[in-house]
Amino acid sequence: MKTNLLPAVKLTVLALIILCVIYPATIWGIAQFVPNKGKGETVLKNGKVVGYKRIGQKFTQDKYFNSRPSAVAYNAAGSAGSNKGPSNPDYLIEVQARIDTFLVHNPTVNKADIPAELVTASGSGLDPNLSPDGAKIQIARIAKIRNLSVDDLNKLVDDHTEKPFLGPQVVNVLEINLAVEKLRAFGPRASSFRATGFRASSLKQ
Amino acid sequence: MNSQLLAVALTFLTTILLAIPFGKYIAKIYGGQKTLLDPIFTPIEKLIFRFSGINASKQMNWKQHLKAMLTINFLWFFLGMFLLMNQGWLPFNPDGNPSMSPDLAFNTAISFLINCNLQHYSGETGMSYFIQIFFVTFLQFVSAATGLALAAMIFKSLSPKKQEDKDAENENKIGYLRGLGNFYNYFLKSCTRILLPLSVVVAAILLFNGTPMNTEGKDQFTSLEGDTVNVSRGPAAAMIAIKHIGTNGGGYFGANSAHPLENPNFLTNTVEIIAQMIIPLAMIFALGYFINRKKLSWMIFSVMTIGFLLLTIPTILTEIGGNPAISRMGINQSAGAMEGKEVRFGTPASAYWSIATTVISTGSVNAMHDSTMPLSGMMQMLAMMTNAFYGGCGVGILNFYIYIIIAVFISGLMVGRTPEFMGKKVEAREVKIAMIVALFHPFLILVGTALASYGIMNIKDIAWLNNPGFHGFSEMLYEYTSSAANNGSGFEGLGDNTPWWNISTGIVLIMGRFIPIIGPLAIAGLLANKKEIPESAGTLKTDTSTFGLMIFAVIFLITALSFFPALTLGPIAEYFTLYK
Repeated sequence: MKTNLLPAVKLTVLALIILCVIYPATIWGIAQFVPNKGKGETVLKNGKVVGYKRIGQKFTQDKYFNSRPSAVAYNAAGSAGSNKGPSNPDYLIEVQARIDTFLVHNPTVNKADIPAELVTASGSGLDPNLSPDGAKIQIARIAKIRNLSVDDLNKLVDDHTEKPFLGPQVVNVLEINLAVEKLRAFGPRASSFRATGFRASSLKQ
Repeated sequence: MNSQLLAVALTFLTTILLAIPFGKYIAKIYGGQKTLLDPIFTPIEKLIFRFSGINASKQMNWKQHLKAMLTINFLWFFLGMFLLMNQGWLPFNPDGNPSMSPDLAFNTAISFLINCNLQHYSGETGMSYFIQIFFVTFLQFVSAATGLALAAMIFKSLSPKKQEDKDAENENKIGYLRGLGNFYNYFLKSCTRILLPLSVVVAAILLFNGTPMNTEGKDQFTSLEGDTVNVSRGPAAAMIAIKHIGTNGGGYFGANSAHPLENPNFLTNTVEIIAQMIIPLAMIFALGYFINRKKLSWMIFSVMTIGFLLLTIPTILTEIGGNPAISRMGINQSAGAMEGKEVRFGTPASAYWSIATTVISTGSVNAMHDSTMPLSGMMQMLAMMTNAFYGGCGVGILNFYIYIIIAVFISGLMVGRTPEFMGKKVEAREVKIAMIVALFHPFLILVGTALASYGIMNIKDIAWLNNPGFHGFSEMLYEYTSSAANNGSGFEGLGDNTPWWNISTGIVLIMGRFIPIIGPLAIAGLLANKKEIPESAGTLKTDTSTFGLMIFAVIFLITALSFFPALTLGPIAEYFTLYK
């Protein structure tokens, strides 16, 4: 013990310098070259921060694409899943309630078409994404409220679908909701010209 | 879904293809041969050794290795306790997180010291930036390096005796123990040449995909719907890299690698899963290169891989199948069981991760294990109960070594010969140690779970469980399994920040780490000093597929006999209630 203690103390001090000062400083140095210098990518609206690109936000109003259920109500000061077991009776009642609520808000939707992610909570409680199906199933509701054409909205979802190599396709909920607000600003006709007329023809060529 | 399955298969293949050359590199480092990074690290290492008063070329026998390792670990434990209980006033605490209670600090200090990273706190509210770097990141490096250094000693013990060993032995026969390399040398080189370079690469990839590395505290903004939201950030990228490279698994954020800042997209998910598997896989090949017996490496690799696939494939299939209870409500389960999972990873990659993280001792999660289907939960637990497929940084080889010794002994009995391994007789003493180590693991898990279950049934005020019935039992069983296997993942619904869980799992953690380290070290030390028996026609060959099968049978028997009753009460019972 004695023969080892002094070398152990000295080695620990030096290891602390390398691993806890030099190494993090190096990584921090690299961070200065990434978007927003490693402080997290923010999303702006009219020059004001309205969210973080990677952090999901609570969207429950009918005029927006709704985000998934969350065990922490999208409070990004913390993070957690529901940790409910698959056979937990209380949990299954909760899922049933989510299905019923969704059908009330989306009366034209067939229950069998609801993607599972819309009635289950994510692991982090901050899931920023929906699947393309999860977004498209909400289009009828949003089109009605915002007085937009279904085609425009379908196009919008397709444009906002990220397709990572071999990974699942995802739609960033915050970004698509910002885009939906812009569509509205053009008015139904203008947006239909912009989205279907202009872009579809350019795609065909 | 098919492309996601293909992604999983490609991820696994890539890991193996990277691990083989990396294993060769590791063997060169422990063998003291020239490598690419010599010009940078040799002068630094020399300087460190000179300042610390360590003679890195001095040979240590197995007892000296053990003493050096225990001393420095003891020191880190007290350092850790001190930091955790004083983080409230220490610097870099922009969110003003309070100091930990003594029982939580005890559990957390041990859990990071021993490479387990069981977390009874949540990163955002439980730790300052200072602690995330000087406690968490530090221990994530050095605990992994400790495991690697000890595995290097085992490598050395398996290599043939050199002439100078034999001379020294002849000179002072009584009580002479063979030198097996230098602990400090192996330890420091593991840090500088293996863990550090890989961590820098992984951290850089994470940064460019959106993981933060900043010193400012929480940010606040008003969301589109008008809510005021706080966002936790911090020096995460540096820590998340070593968390995977060192098979530690402790999350920067509470939700671990399910958190969108900790694991921003499908690419980082793939990188993180390769990062956590590469060293355990590379160590298998490093052994073959080090002792020049590649066939032995391939035998070990095959046994481990078969075990891994037998756990992984049913898990992926179960998760893809979705939750039958939700299916009965009329909801389409084509995306699989999505509770506790993130859309950007999907079910196949999440299911694959859940087994990868439990066979190796990482314990990071990208989906909540508590919400996985009963059979998946059982596979995750079985992965930790066998604790022998790939395994953690260095300690994976140590665990497997125990099973090799037992298999050698049983095979020897079956064919009526004295059991031998690598030209050394395996005798009663070694087999006794191996059996004690092998059986101590189920003992810790089952006794712990039994005590906790007794508490639940007989003490009224206890409300630990997040789920009733069989699943609740699984939550407790999982917690002790994870502790004894030094894994660190959890069925996180369990309310585990109580004195009972902090102290009882703390004790299980220490025993679950040091007994499986001391045992193999002692066996290796004892064998290393025995006379070498030249190989003959009567030698039991240990690098054949027959022997591989034997090892597999031993692992299966010990695990099945020990754990089947407990698993019946938990996941198996839940399975039959769910799939009516």
